[in-house]
Amino acid sequence: MDPILTKYIREPNSFTLDFYTKHEGYQGLKKALGMQPNDVIETVKASGLRGRGGAGFPTGMKWQFVDKKAEPRYIACNADESEPGTFKDHVLMERNPHLLFEGCLIGCWAIGAKTAYIYIRGEFYHVQKVMEAELAKAYAQGYAGKNILGTGFDCDIVIHRGAGAYEAGEETALIESLEGKRAQPRIKPPFPAVAGLYQKPTAVNNVETLCNLPAIIINGAEWFAKLGPEKNGGPKLYCVSGHVKRPGVYEASMNTTLKELIFDRAGGIRDGHQLKAVIPGGSSVPILLPDQLDIPASFDSVQKAGSMLGSAGIIVMDETTCMVWTAMNLMHFYKHESCGKCTPCREGGDWLFKILSKIERGEGEMRDLDLLTSVSNNIAGKTLCAFGDAEATPPLTTLKHFRGEYEAHIREGRCTVPADWRARGVMAAAH
Amino acid sequence: MSFHPLMAYGTDAWHRSDRVLLPAGEPFAYTPDRAAKLEDICSKYPPERRKSAVLAALYLVQEQQGYITASAARHVAEFLRITPAEVEDVCSYYVMFFKAPVGTYVLQVCRTLSCALAGAERVTESLSEKLGLKVGETDASGMFTLLEFECLGACDRAPVVMVNNEHWHEKATPESCAQLVDDLRTRGAAALTGCHLHVEK
Repeated sequence: MDPILTKYIREPNSFTLDFYTKHEGYQGLKKALGMQPNDVIETVKASGLRGRGGAGFPTGMKWQFVDKKAEPRYIACNADESEPGTFKDHVLMERNPHLLFEGCLIGCWAIGAKTAYIYIRGEFYHVQKVMEAELAKAYAQGYAGKNILGTGFDCDIVIHRGAGAYEAGEETALIESLEGKRAQPRIKPPFPAVAGLYQKPTAVNNVETLCNLPAIIINGAEWFAKLGPEKNGGPKLYCVSGHVKRPGVYEASMNTTLKELIFDRAGGIRDGHQLKAVIPGGSSVPILLPDQLDIPASFDSVQKAGSMLGSAGIIVMDETTCMVWTAMNLMHFYKHESCGKCTPCREGGDWLFKILSKIERGEGEMRDLDLLTSVSNNIAGKTLCAFGDAEATPPLTTLKHFRGEYEAHIREGRCTVPADWRARGVMAAAH
Repeated sequence: MSFHPLMAYGTDAWHRSDRVLLPAGEPFAYTPDRAAKLEDICSKYPPERRKSAVLAALYLVQEQQGYITASAARHVAEFLRITPAEVEDVCSYYVMFFKAPVGTYVLQVCRTLSCALAGAERVTESLSEKLGLKVGETDASGMFTLLEFECLGACDRAPVVMVNNEHWHEKATPESCAQLVDDLRTRGAAALTGCHLHVEK
């Protein structure tokens, strides 16, 4: 498949309005504004576009649920890309911000919104500065603001800077943060489509999702659906990182297998090493083993294999990676990022980290393994948002596939997987 | 009472509380240009929703005086017509706001999985040795603060060091970080050129 979303990202000026308008830019918006909003929704529904943020929920359906009677309505673009192992939206926003603006405007037209808020994570300030300069140009040339392209459609785009909170990527937490509060999830229902930002109907869409819209409008729903397997149409951005030769963002159809992505596109495992484990969809999803990778990297296939495509952040680990350490590293992330609203997640994450650290230090006992499982199972499914399930995943999945490694740590009283890339002295003491 | 029978909730070992109060600080007011800028940001939200600008307001405080104080939080509250408690609530939640004085250059090393697999621990260790600081400390001259950070979203260019919430230095090694520290000492902010836009060209 020829790249669609990332076609021009290597061109030096791909981020400028001038370049964009010379390369089919804003043609999708032009076409969409000539259609009835409902027809835009129908087209997106027929394309089968699924949300690229992690859950894979059909975008057209999400828009259909938006309450069309209440005013005003909003698009909230989720640019809080924080899932460990994910870095695709960053590339799109930095190299092709107008594609996102165009997607936002098409979305606003479809659901009848007059404002799109792009919630960008605070750490992407260098990207935000590029985007703000380009947005000003789009306003000046009539692609955003009042009377867009002379059609009478008014729509504002506002870039809103977050301030460092993984949880802000959860859609209701993102809305809370947009309202100037702590990024903590809301009780659902009501869903954002009914009562979202400022209690008004809101569609929360990921950056990559919105970036797919111009191509769908221009080329049609059927074209998009046929790019991938059934119900997994369109181009997909994959982020490959970890122990591969060429980490990076790769665009491919969802017919592409995980094996091809890791071994062909990303160049395979670094020399002299063997593949040990792969996290296929950002740190929150279960591990796949080397013999499970010959499957299409689609939402449905990866789920069938017992994991999730999630945000398509593929983290590759070779044989020098200690799985107890991996779980401990991720648990440090989750305990740090837990928003604190639900007790199991807030307290449990800290406990899991302490138990994992104890085992990794070589002070663990066999009964700690049951404790890990038990505490994890008391978090998963018992919280307001999916964070709880994500937090319980690293210990459960590593225990499932690598229990022997845990037992060896406990038996020998030390970490049994030495690695040259780790700093054992200072760092071990710090935890 | 614990939600898990084997966990003794409320004990030192198993209870977590990171509550830190803001330092009182000197009286604070925005400079006129920052006040105008914030007013402009407020105009992007519905008039009765000025609270939406609280993160932007706190960034402006940080730009002006380096960290957030209780008197600054009060000023922000007045500006946005909300309560100081609402401002402190937000301030204590988000990690990019400093609640105590920090160095001129805050070096934040990403520590999450992909960066760690690429040697982030060694980078932190080498910076720690070079600066004579533990993670979380600021040096005596007030020039450097060393911190660890959770996933920055640049895993393909791991490990990443973010300086002052803004400047990324990617594919960091102990050697490149030692060089960065030396350059910051001699050339100041001009040394912050590691953003991958420059790397890729």
